[in-house]
Amino acid sequence: MDLNYLTAHEIKKKLEERQVSCRDVVQSVFSRIDDIDSSINAYIRLEKKSALQSADSIDKKISEGQVLGDMAGIPIGIKDNICTLGITTTCASKILDDYVPIYDAGVIGRLKKQEYILTGKLNMDEFAMGSSNENSFYGPVSNPWDTERVPGGSSGGPAASVAAGEAICSLGSDTGGSIRQPASLCGVVGFKPTYGLVSRYGLVAFASSLDQIGPFTRDMEDCAAMLNVICGHDRHDSTSLDREIPDYKSFLKDDIKGLRIGVPSELMAEGIDAEVKAAVTSALRKAEDMGAEVEEVSIPDLEYALNVYYIIAPSEASSNLSRFDGVRYGFRDSDADTLRKMYKNTRAGGFGDEVKRRIMIGTYCLSAGYYDAYYEKALKVRTLIKNDFDKAFSTYDVLISPASPTTAFRKGEKTGDPLAMYMSDICTIPVNLAGLPAVSIPAGLSDGGLPIGLQVMGDVLREDNVIRTAYALEKAIAFKEKPGI
Amino acid sequence: MNSSTETGSKYRSIIGIETHLELETATKMFCGCRLSFGEEKNINTCPVCLGHPGSLPVLNRRAVEFAIKIALALNCRINKRTIFHRKNYFYPDMAKNYQISQYDLPLGVAGYLEVNMGDYVRKVGITRVHMEEDAGKLIHSGSTGRISGSGASIVDFNRAGTPLIEIVTEPDIRTPEEAREYMTSLKNLLLYLDVSNCSMEEGSLRCDANVSIRPRDEKGLGTKTEIKNLNSFKFLQKGLQYEIKRQAKLLDSGKKVVQETRHYDNDSGTTRALRSKEEAHDYRYFPEPDLVPVIIDDDMVESIRAAIVELPENKTRRYMEEYGLSSYDAGFLAGDRKVAQYFESCLECFDDAKALANWIMGDFSALANREKIHICDSRVAPGDLCSMLKIIDSGRISIKIAKTVFEEMFKNGSDPEDVIREKSLEQISDSGELEGIIGSVIKDNPGPVKQFREGKEKAIGFLIGQVMARTKGKANPKVVNDIMSKKLR
Amino acid sequence: MKITSDDVKHVARLAELKFTAGEIDKITPQLDRILEHVARISAVDTEGVEGTSHVMDVKNVFREDIPAGDTVTQRQALRNAPLEQDDGFRVPRID
Repeated sequence: MDLNYLTAHEIKKKLEERQVSCRDVVQSVFSRIDDIDSSINAYIRLEKKSALQSADSIDKKISEGQVLGDMAGIPIGIKDNICTLGITTTCASKILDDYVPIYDAGVIGRLKKQEYILTGKLNMDEFAMGSSNENSFYGPVSNPWDTERVPGGSSGGPAASVAAGEAICSLGSDTGGSIRQPASLCGVVGFKPTYGLVSRYGLVAFASSLDQIGPFTRDMEDCAAMLNVICGHDRHDSTSLDREIPDYKSFLKDDIKGLRIGVPSELMAEGIDAEVKAAVTSALRKAEDMGAEVEEVSIPDLEYALNVYYIIAPSEASSNLSRFDGVRYGFRDSDADTLRKMYKNTRAGGFGDEVKRRIMIGTYCLSAGYYDAYYEKALKVRTLIKNDFDKAFSTYDVLISPASPTTAFRKGEKTGDPLAMYMSDICTIPVNLAGLPAVSIPAGLSDGGLPIGLQVMGDVLREDNVIRTAYALEKAIAFKEKPGI
Repeated sequence: MNSSTETGSKYRSIIGIETHLELETATKMFCGCRLSFGEEKNINTCPVCLGHPGSLPVLNRRAVEFAIKIALALNCRINKRTIFHRKNYFYPDMAKNYQISQYDLPLGVAGYLEVNMGDYVRKVGITRVHMEEDAGKLIHSGSTGRISGSGASIVDFNRAGTPLIEIVTEPDIRTPEEAREYMTSLKNLLLYLDVSNCSMEEGSLRCDANVSIRPRDEKGLGTKTEIKNLNSFKFLQKGLQYEIKRQAKLLDSGKKVVQETRHYDNDSGTTRALRSKEEAHDYRYFPEPDLVPVIIDDDMVESIRAAIVELPENKTRRYMEEYGLSSYDAGFLAGDRKVAQYFESCLECFDDAKALANWIMGDFSALANREKIHICDSRVAPGDLCSMLKIIDSGRISIKIAKTVFEEMFKNGSDPEDVIREKSLEQISDSGELEGIIGSVIKDNPGPVKQFREGKEKAIGFLIGQVMARTKGKANPKVVNDIMSKKLR
Repeated sequence: MKITSDDVKHVARLAELKFTAGEIDKITPQLDRILEHVARISAVDTEGVEGTSHVMDVKNVFREDIPAGDTVTQRQALRNAPLEQDDGFRVPRID
């Protein structure tokens, strides 16, 4: 049995029962990375030596009879836009190719307390801008189910690594669907918590009012365990919620009797592949069989969610990325003899095309004469979308939709048309605009053998409903397939 | 309301001032780094004030309290809900290439400061009081230390993130003199609040001015220019004087004033346009997503208001009412917090406020100015001044002798009793002792005596003078006068 | 309302980016298409609606005015400096 394909809770049991050592687990994961990562390219940087050292230290503690937490000794990959002290953090960009953080992100501190094992830094779309992981300075990531295809983005590395057994769990980030959409395309679980539940301190900012860090796992039980570790107040993040964190594992109840499920009609419309609709519909029938009530609901302002997102996100990003100028860290055009030349050459040379495109859009939307019509207007429509969700959640406990309109598309298929690429996120974007929690779980495979993801959305701070629903559906769907690679 | 004090030129000047104040908190505005005081570079920094990827700001509570204090002292209305905005522009001393500042919902609005110009009062409107963060420091390599002609610059982020309060006036100021008085009054007021050391020399107090002129008989505003690099109140006044003249010359010769930023040069006393920028800044302000709104409730405002010490305006009024001081005297004493403290300390042991006022504003200030120190930093403790005034009151020395005694006290910090004893300055009031001297003066000066007896009243002055000379000024003039008058009849 | 290459050059200046003539030709229609698409929100009636800058109702988050222990050493501050001089970050002539 491949240790690298176990869940964290399975590994924990085996460790406790001394069936395997932590070193065994870590070596299994790195052996798998050695075998296949040249085809997947999920990792930008590996930390094998320190991982083995940590494993030995865990094994020692176990042998001394110490009781360890859920994530102790678990090999976890970290998306490369999360700052890890002393370990290069690149955001998959040339402009940060040699940047070594001088501090740990809030979530890394929490994971370290739990004695997790860092496998390495995972590949992604540059600065989290993308839906296919084809925008990385370190080359695209391949989907383990079909290496001609994309894993989704921007957390392509985190999704693919878990799907391919190159990590037990991973951490990604989600601004418009960057956890849920790749989770869907790679057949794994990807969760975006309520905005503010997880500290953004140390997450290289893309769109500050939308970004959240979240876990990729193989099942809902691991997902809940990861949420227990990473959620919680951080004094370094003013937008971090200061409230008691429940034990998310307590919501892993296989019971959705009487649960009211709404299905937004706008997210099951023409833009969605027939196979995707079919898989979601089939899951909804299973939900009904378990006693849930399923109903179609209209969320009219969803029509504008993409437009709102592609104004707000680039606008905030254009400001967040201003700091990358070659002065204090990162790539610099050292030949430039004046400051302005240095700024322009550094940024033009250091950023990829998609990043530049979004900076341009964002700068335009904030600029004099356009701010009112674009940015300010988008903030208002955002309010309408949020109100729509509030209304829907007064009737329904959860909303269910596909996590992606399609299964994994071919590499290069959408890179020529930015707008077409942006459409990959129509199912996931509305959630970020309203700050809601949402998860993507595997709902089945297409006829072509590609994973289809189902998205469960909950009201703000209603992780309980999301976890309960996803857990019950996970059991009913019983998705056991693995990529053949 | 107030009299027109502009000089009789054909133009009226319209001046506004923008002031930046560095707060004396323990830590920076958005991170827990200490404020710096001229140490090595880059030793009070962290991921936040260095603008590292992933860093986030967290607001300093005390900075907000100080800001509210300042806004209240300037009679502003406090916005119950105040938010931060990002001001986006690229410059090496800006770690994030945006400054976290405030835009359309600043902390305080619609306030005023009354500036006493002597024969009139100029009420200067305060448009806004808002919070923001300071930039780092640029050290330009090259001989002049100025940007132009410099091949490179070094950036030090110790100062980056220091809490800054911006105070903007309405264009209510009418003369360079008023501008200078405004800054003086503002500084004195701010010193009362214990929020900053308000030093132009150290850079914790900075100001820029903008000025336009228009023909007296025309309505509306002329084109204004902004003047930067005004490093003292004196340069503020001079810079404005120069700029007003320059604009007048332009208009006189039919030219137009160009809206631009001009740099004041201390040495030449002139302003010149900064190297032309490609275009005006577009700061692309938008609400700061990393900071949440600040909701200020009435309780918070009132507790801060209650804790504010008596401010100059009220103190001046109280001095006038309680002590019968003139508005000028009261204003002088109340304006400077340290002088007011000194004055009030003296009042604890000597209750003739007018006498105290005269000495503090007269001889004491004169001596202090000569030595270029503040009276509070002199060697004369309030208790000593009081002792001296009590001695004068008791008639043991005259005011004239007191001046000598005071000079000694100022120079050496001596006790007035010791000075009087050592220099035998005690006034002679004993009639017995004086009778003898008066008698001999009368005997030695028959001429003036005769003149007096013939009706020339003033001749007694000469005779008294002679007595003063013989007693080295120590004779009690009143007693001498009484005895002399009696003897001459 | 079409975005022109002059618009693009102006925005690039604001963002401290630069493009070759060929890049401008390529990116202008892309930006135009995207902006035209997102501008469709102008059709939405937002009369009397307040914009959402913060999606959660958090307010009054402060830190106390006490050194927090996050200050790094001078070495750490300069650790990633592309060009260091005299304990500071060196930048070329400011134009």
